[in-house]
Amino acid sequence: MRILVIEDDLEAQRYLVNGLKEAGHVVDDAADGETGLTLALSRPYDVAIVDRMLPKMDGLDVVAEMREHSNTTPVLFLSALSEVDDRVKGLKAGGDDYLTKPYAFVELLARIDALMRRRSPSSVKTRLQVGDLELDLLTRAAKRNGTAIDLQPREFRLLEYLMRHAGQVVTRTMLLESVWEYHFDPQTNVIDVHISRLRAKIDKGFELPLLHTVRGAGYMIRAHA
Amino acid sequence: MRTLSILRTQAFRIVFVYVAVFALSVTALLAFTYWNTERALDAQTDQIIGAEIAGLSEQYQRLGLRGLADVVMSRSANGGPGLYLLLDRAKQPIAGNLDGMPQNINRQAGEIEFDYERRVEGNLQRRRARGRLFQLMGGFELLVAQDVHERYLTEKLFSTTLPWTVGLMLLLGLVGGGLMSFNMLRRLDGINRTAGQIIAGDFSRRVTVTGAQDEFDTLAGSLNRMLDRIERLMGGVREVTDSVAHDLRTPLTRLRNRLEDTLRHLPADSAQVGEIEAAMRETDQIITTFNALLLIAEADAGVMRGAMTRVDLAPIAGDVAEFYAPLAEENGVTLAMTPAGATWIEGNHSLIAQALANLIDNAIKYTPKGGHIAVSATMTPQGAELTVSDTGPGIPPEQRAHVIERFVRLESSRNSPGTGLGLSLVAAVARLHGAWLTLDDNRPGLRATMHFPRRAPATRPVTAPPPRQRTAA
Repeated sequence: MRILVIEDDLEAQRYLVNGLKEAGHVVDDAADGETGLTLALSRPYDVAIVDRMLPKMDGLDVVAEMREHSNTTPVLFLSALSEVDDRVKGLKAGGDDYLTKPYAFVELLARIDALMRRRSPSSVKTRLQVGDLELDLLTRAAKRNGTAIDLQPREFRLLEYLMRHAGQVVTRTMLLESVWEYHFDPQTNVIDVHISRLRAKIDKGFELPLLHTVRGAGYMIRAHA
Repeated sequence: MRTLSILRTQAFRIVFVYVAVFALSVTALLAFTYWNTERALDAQTDQIIGAEIAGLSEQYQRLGLRGLADVVMSRSANGGPGLYLLLDRAKQPIAGNLDGMPQNINRQAGEIEFDYERRVEGNLQRRRARGRLFQLMGGFELLVAQDVHERYLTEKLFSTTLPWTVGLMLLLGLVGGGLMSFNMLRRLDGINRTAGQIIAGDFSRRVTVTGAQDEFDTLAGSLNRMLDRIERLMGGVREVTDSVAHDLRTPLTRLRNRLEDTLRHLPADSAQVGEIEAAMRETDQIITTFNALLLIAEADAGVMRGAMTRVDLAPIAGDVAEFYAPLAEENGVTLAMTPAGATWIEGNHSLIAQALANLIDNAIKYTPKGGHIAVSATMTPQGAELTVSDTGPGIPPEQRAHVIERFVRLESSRNSPGTGLGLSLVAAVARLHGAWLTLDDNRPGLRATMHFPRRAPATRPVTAPPPRQRTAA
């Protein structure tokens, strides 16, 4: 995957680029807004990682300009500003996700993965399937191996999010933001409790577990062990 | 409402007291002058009467009754202010210009005042006189008096005018006081309004200087200079917060990145993995504490005021309660949301949810197995209330105000995880909404309530919250 990194802090940039390269991505980098915009408009990227505050041209302006030129590359904002207001501004400017510094690299990787996957045209689905687990988005029904599973509305949303990102690492923060729309750290392991309840409903009594814990990162739903 | 508030102003009270004292002293002064003048006039009259009596009694001794009667008759005839009456032993008039002895006079007293009738320009007039009754030898009586009707009329006029004068004076004073207070109140209202807007977070507001160059303008000037200084200080604090945020976030990001990087490059079975992971957890703890502190600082600086919208507290509370319910259950505690109607306030959805999450998280942490946590959003006549009550150990009354302060953790909770910023954050979020946090006894347990006043923060009156508890607002 081709990734564009626009970040003015050289140390952070180096770290980001190295980490992404190690993860198997092809990375271009820019240290200011103008260079970044030029790169973004001249080459195709699967994802752009843009710092909010950049020299020469603000990160918000870079993305707004990209969208102005009908460039639909998914954008992940990186920012030292954590206020809800700033997040809203970033998303309004055309950003697709927003990550506050300092962040965990696994979090960044998981989000980039999700952004790249979002681009694939097959995202308009009415049914999701992972192994023998089926989710009907229209009737809001879940079945595993033909047996109906009774889910609370929020559990359904949680499972839906996990299944939409099947085979990808989904972090606790991503779940918190997408399923509950909370943008704060609840300190305690609330998400883990929700996951273990969901796991009890979908995996209990089946030989092959689908919902896996990815140590140090989050969760993943996948059909194979 | 308006008139009542005028009556309560200091200006009106001062004017009222001043007018009252002024009216009292003027009345006293007038009364004294009147009394003194009257006394002097009476003394003059009495002197004339005394002289006449002396003269007449001399006539009587020299010329006898006949002679006295003649003199009395001649004096009576000249039509002056003098009044005379000579009576015989049977109290029958012998001579004089009075028709008869006035009724009900005190024969023992020296000077007497009585009314008599006299024909003036053809009309019979009732007039006032002052005189003295003189006993002659041989049982005769002589009444010598002076007409004092003019003085009597003046006196009557004075006594009827005085109350009106005083009343009018009081009335004018009150009207003047009212106008003065109204003016003062208007100027003070301006200052109060400005103060309210500043409390609501708009530090650019200044008190209007009218240009009248009076003490209010002086006060406004001083207040504005003070506000300039506060704004500068606040700006400084905000700048420091921003740079601290940036300067700390950058190295923290690098630190976390390096640890992660190191971890990635270690073989999974390396002995250092556990150490690095522990270091990362510590770093995350620093980041959490730092973010909470920053949020508190920002909330206090009123930074997030822009993100306020009309929000219903009930679904926010319901969602957070639902979010925490499994965790509570895991801990053997029941968590229930008390059903409530719509509870609309002006607020920031995310911050209120976060504050409530902190309260519920605390409640779950401290409530023992078998306990119960209740979450409710209610509308009261005073405003909206968001309450989390538990059946845990509670907080001793003397420590309730203390725990809201930053980094304060009770001795009993020293060993459980947490930053010690949870309640401070809730209090800061409350302050940002013009609300306040109270901690009460739930008998047993703790009842934490965020009180959102009915009025929007910007127009919130500058009154202290109810004194029932020390509060964090």
